[in-house]
Amino acid sequence: MEFQVLSPGALTTVQDGGRNGYGYLGFNASGVMDARAYRIANALVGNFTDEAVLEMAMLGGKFQFTAPCVFAVTGADMGAALSGEKIQMYRTIRAEKGDILTFSAAKTGFYTYVAFAGGIDVEPVLGSRSTNLKCGIGGFHGRKLQKGDILSLRPTAVPMEKLPCVRIPAESYTGNSVTLRVVLGPQDDYFTKAGLETFLSAPYRVTADTDRMGCKLDGAKIEYKDKVDIISDGIVFGSIQVPPAGTPMVMLADRQTTGGYAKIATVVSIDLPQLVQRRPGDTVYFQAVSARQAEKLYRKEQRALDRLLIRYGRDLVR
Amino acid sequence: MEQPVILRSGDCALVAEFGKEIDEHTNALVQALDRAVREKGIFGVRECVPTFRSLTVLFDPSLISGKRLKKKLLRLCRTLSVQEQSKKVVIEVPVFYNGEDLNDVAAYAKLTPEEVVRLHAGRDYRIYMLGFLPGFVYLGGMDERIFCPRLSTPRTKIHAGAVGIGGEQTGIYPLPSPGGWRLIGTTPIRPYDASRTPPVLFSAGEYIRFVPIDESTFSEIQKQVEAGTYVCRRTEVG
Repeated sequence: MEFQVLSPGALTTVQDGGRNGYGYLGFNASGVMDARAYRIANALVGNFTDEAVLEMAMLGGKFQFTAPCVFAVTGADMGAALSGEKIQMYRTIRAEKGDILTFSAAKTGFYTYVAFAGGIDVEPVLGSRSTNLKCGIGGFHGRKLQKGDILSLRPTAVPMEKLPCVRIPAESYTGNSVTLRVVLGPQDDYFTKAGLETFLSAPYRVTADTDRMGCKLDGAKIEYKDKVDIISDGIVFGSIQVPPAGTPMVMLADRQTTGGYAKIATVVSIDLPQLVQRRPGDTVYFQAVSARQAEKLYRKEQRALDRLLIRYGRDLVR
Repeated sequence: MEQPVILRSGDCALVAEFGKEIDEHTNALVQALDRAVREKGIFGVRECVPTFRSLTVLFDPSLISGKRLKKKLLRLCRTLSVQEQSKKVVIEVPVFYNGEDLNDVAAYAKLTPEEVVRLHAGRDYRIYMLGFLPGFVYLGGMDERIFCPRLSTPRTKIHAGAVGIGGEQTGIYPLPSPGGWRLIGTTPIRPYDASRTPPVLFSAGEYIRFVPIDESTFSEIQKQVEAGTYVCRRTEVG
């Protein structure tokens, strides 16, 4: 089972949940930008484990199936069509041998995911199939996809024709303003009271200088006490660094493991998808929540994702 | 034992901060806690990233709450054993000191290139942490006579294995990368190689000693590295 890349799109890579566990050696984690869209896509094709998917940025590609396949599309709406017929997102889709799956530019959002039943068959490197473009490892030969690439799929645990069809409501990335919940710290004490107030009330604009590594924001300068240089320490997905210029930058999937600017706050995990799906020019606001609340939100989302898998499993045995 | 301050890095990470300075003792505490968490294995902990003065502990809030994890970390800290003075692992890194900035570094330091090499290779450097790139070591303890400011315009590409000086720091570029450090030499060894087990040669807490080699030794070692037969000399001191 495989598919061929007829046209790769702008930046299409193989990604999974990330190369976790090697931060102590300096490996950046990579992995998908929108973890929710990724997990839902996998759940919709019966992948109960962390399977590699395609991630397309801004402009999607064109792919041809060389065998029957079951797949699902989530994330940004790139007007997916199968052999000319528009297909629904956030549902299980069957393709026949020879079918061509096409995407255009994202109408809303930025990153689109395609999960295939069984998952994309590339060799894991250090426990992950994610592409690390900086190091040129993982994914498909450590690089973004090119025209003519042929990607294999892993066999499914149950025969493909027995996989049920599931559909859930699509996540919307419409509107050009979003409020992101944050947990203050670990270096919020580097900022003045006025600075913290600015951060939690001012609109910040997503700049064009945003990529898989980080989202650079523009807006009111955040006042700090005497400096924002710190002794380099750990960075997580969602850490908000404030360089001396005073405007924040949110660190994303391709972030480096450590950094030397004070981190005023961290975006809560479940709000990260709404951030990474923003486009240059969109506005974000920050709202503080307690760590306890943030953990509660995390657990709630995990339960919802688990329920989706359980529902799929029930349909599967029925 | 000193207790760290436990800070928050979002819903999925705590930071155990042992101090606000770069010193061996603080760093040894960070590494001791990292070891303790790895050895003990706390249910729900995904990953630990040790840095100069703090340990970032990533966890799954569905498996353990931040509050409970904080308690567990603080309890572990009470029984940490710091191995700082007891024994020290020194890894010898051969360097051919032919870097394009060696003369500039010497001129800045008002020394001869030979003296720069002697001072650079003349001591053991503690690996405080790894970060930035896979296998990139943050070393401490360079002789202040060879401190040298970074290039005002960074190079767009530096070759893997380049040994450089940037301000008060020295290190090795593990991958081709842009960078602003002054290049003083090249090592034939590969601090990072994705196809090797382990992919990274160095661990935080170990020490590096640069050993000057000539061009013919460089090519000889390079051949052995390519064949996968070269092993860096490691000694235990203390």
